[in-house]
Amino acid sequence: MSSSEVAITPRVHYLNVDYGIKSWLLTTDHKRIAWMYLMSITFFFAIGGVAATLMRLNLVEPQGLLVEPETYNKLFSTHGIVMVFFFLVPSIPAVLGNFLIPMMLGARDVAFPRLNLLSWYVFMTGGSFVLYALIAGGVDTGWTFYTPLSSMYLNTHVMAAASGIFIAGFSSILTGLNFVVTIHKMRAPGLTWFRLPLFIWAMYASSIIFIIATPVIAISLALIVIERFFHVGIFDPALGGDPILFQHLFWFYSHPAVYVMILPSMGVMSELVTAFSRKKIFGYHFVAFSSVAIAAIGFLVWGHHMFVSGQSIYAGLVFSALSFAVAIPSAVKVFNWTATLYKGSISYEAPMLYALGFIGLFTIGGLTGLYLAATALDQHVHATYFVIAHFHYIMVGGAVMGYMGGIHFWWPKMTGRLYPDGWARVAAIIIFVGFNLTFFPQFILGYLGMPRRYAVYPPEFQTLNVISTAGASILGLGYIIPLIYLAWSARYGAPAGPNPWKATGLEWTTSSPPPTHNFEETPVVTEEPYGYDRIAEEIQVA
Amino acid sequence: MHNSESAVYEQFDDRTQQHEASNLGMWIFLATEIMFFGGVFTGYTVYRNLFMTAFEAGSHLLNARIGALNTVVLIGSSLTMALAVHAAQLGKRKLLMIFIVSTMCLGGVFLYIKFVLEWLHEYHDGLAPGLHWTYAGPQSGHVALFFVFYFILTGIHATHMIVGEGIMAVLLYMAWRGRFSKERYNPIEMFGLYWHFVDIVWIFLFPLLYLLGAHF
Amino acid sequence: MAEHIAPRKLYIFVFLGLLVMTVLTWQIAYIDLGKWNTVVALIIAIFKASLVVTFFMHLRWSHSMIRLVLFAAIFWLAIMITLTVGDFFSRSNEQPWQASYTVSQPMVSSVKR
Repeated sequence: MSSSEVAITPRVHYLNVDYGIKSWLLTTDHKRIAWMYLMSITFFFAIGGVAATLMRLNLVEPQGLLVEPETYNKLFSTHGIVMVFFFLVPSIPAVLGNFLIPMMLGARDVAFPRLNLLSWYVFMTGGSFVLYALIAGGVDTGWTFYTPLSSMYLNTHVMAAASGIFIAGFSSILTGLNFVVTIHKMRAPGLTWFRLPLFIWAMYASSIIFIIATPVIAISLALIVIERFFHVGIFDPALGGDPILFQHLFWFYSHPAVYVMILPSMGVMSELVTAFSRKKIFGYHFVAFSSVAIAAIGFLVWGHHMFVSGQSIYAGLVFSALSFAVAIPSAVKVFNWTATLYKGSISYEAPMLYALGFIGLFTIGGLTGLYLAATALDQHVHATYFVIAHFHYIMVGGAVMGYMGGIHFWWPKMTGRLYPDGWARVAAIIIFVGFNLTFFPQFILGYLGMPRRYAVYPPEFQTLNVISTAGASILGLGYIIPLIYLAWSARYGAPAGPNPWKATGLEWTTSSPPPTHNFEETPVVTEEPYGYDRIAEEIQVA
Repeated sequence: MHNSESAVYEQFDDRTQQHEASNLGMWIFLATEIMFFGGVFTGYTVYRNLFMTAFEAGSHLLNARIGALNTVVLIGSSLTMALAVHAAQLGKRKLLMIFIVSTMCLGGVFLYIKFVLEWLHEYHDGLAPGLHWTYAGPQSGHVALFFVFYFILTGIHATHMIVGEGIMAVLLYMAWRGRFSKERYNPIEMFGLYWHFVDIVWIFLFPLLYLLGAHF
Repeated sequence: MAEHIAPRKLYIFVFLGLLVMTVLTWQIAYIDLGKWNTVVALIIAIFKASLVVTFFMHLRWSHSMIRLVLFAAIFWLAIMITLTVGDFFSRSNEQPWQASYTVSQPMVSSVKR
């Protein structure tokens, strides 16, 4: 033991207060639960990533390079199910939300810490069902589980996968419930609704979606399991049911679920854009209420997934119009971030690179969404690679960029260490380049008419597919680099200090890593968030 | 015995905050339950309007008298549950235990009627789609659809009741051990909300399943 | 404590009200009101549910936030049912798979929409 370590008594914080596997598996500390989620979803991300890699490799050749078409069906189903339900939905809420919400509120913990731990176990139980389904031979319904394909015709492990998602859904519900109650009842003295960081508003909005929408996916998957098990015709036209009903129930959850994935990312964005342009957010109230508006209007648009599946054209018209409406609050956010950047003193640290990437990619993803919301154009591009490209611009270009930006921004708080900034910037740029190279060609492919979910394609599409696969390998590299330097920094990184970014927000007022109950004494809030003008003055004085 | 201080978990500042938080949490949970049942109700609404006569024919095969009897039993259990909460608020341990036991008994009577007098009966009569279906009247497929929804809705409802019986057994044990007092009865109150919710679901199930069309 | 302790008599009255309405809804089912049978039955059910929510579940004495939660759930359920049902009953043409089903079971076509 060196002399310097003896001289300074190590401070007790949430990471070193207790050791051993039991202290983690039985913890009720929201920060440790966030870590357990981080580990779990990184694992699931790897599974989904491997499936995606194999798919892209297969598409290098028009006749399929690697796998049989049946295997390809299993690969895209695995990719979709794992990435949506076990990575994107829990990503920011369960990791950053769990870690940050109590700290941003000045609370000691979430309202129901034991429920919080339970939700992790529920999540892992659901995850193991899905893992079982994958190991036992896979599932090939696609992540949408459309009936009667899923309920009558496929002999793969649909029931295990559906049960897994059913169970994992309750984890979302419990997390959302916990967050709403925490935000309502655990705010520090003086922390009024309009003094809350915008991350909290975004998490509040997505928690509402968790609460309202998740039970519906649970019941619709339960109905599939019942239909398969008892061979009754809830959704089977041959037995009297109607398959479109399943699509209604499914998309009533799954469209709002898209907003569950993007809203928390938008919340992260508001934190990053202000911190690295050293400015107050432009139009706080508009950004805050646009989160709630996205959550609310997001429930009214699900029918735009069903324009060509036999839905009534009148319903299609209504859903189309409402889908255009949801673009308004989304655009409000983009405009406000851009206006925040205007005349800010912008610095380009790694989290900011992700944030700037987000703004551009989300804009592309959002605007192409309007193409798909137009009933006439959707007839042409429905179920093509255009759709794939659109939602990957939202899900990866938006949600994952926000998640990566958030992880990089709060990593010093979570670990108390700094990561190598140079590497982080390089990785951010690699991800941005790789992402665009992967998915922009898919817009063109889709517009030219290449359908999604096929293992083979006409030879004239090969060039664009090869470009896309090349981009995917760059993207894959971009995701591996952060894994390495972040893991390295957790042990060997330079100590971060309480506030390495000179950012505002209660979470930066406590030490890094924070003590078990977050604050030495309950903070009192006396001003609005994002007071970067004041910080600038303080720095000048000092 | 617990004094009022130790009844507050460490993340809360005081008992009021804790009570408001758990109350809000429970209601949010009930909101998710509304949406959970709501998914099936949506399917029911669609099919009931598409296949009106078949659903009415299916409904007439159920015994409305038993349904009404069960409604009364469940409303009675709601009353005893409300009285249990009332007794807990006043800190009357013995009364609390009596009312929990009577709620459990009424719930048991409901489940007995449901399983033995209804489900078993329907199974033997060939009215259980997927297991034993012998109904040969017109629109057999859509009548079967009615029974699918009947079994799913009453099945989920009964599952909620069985879970409730289990929780009540725990609450009864806790009450017996003197874990509740005038200051600390949150679990009883929260469970009461759950039980009343289950009652409300049945209040809607009864007319929607048993009373479709006119019974002459 | 903020909680309100209601008199026991109130619970008994609510119970009696629920009993009366149960008998009412059951007996009305034996009168032919056409499609209004279901409407009346549902209206009575809503009254019964409101009684349970207001008194047994203490909504009358609860924070307005609780009412908002309940309202939100019912509101979103209404959205789900309205838009879904709206699709089914605004379809102008038979789907191919429905048409084939109608041929095999002629009874059905007369009851559909």
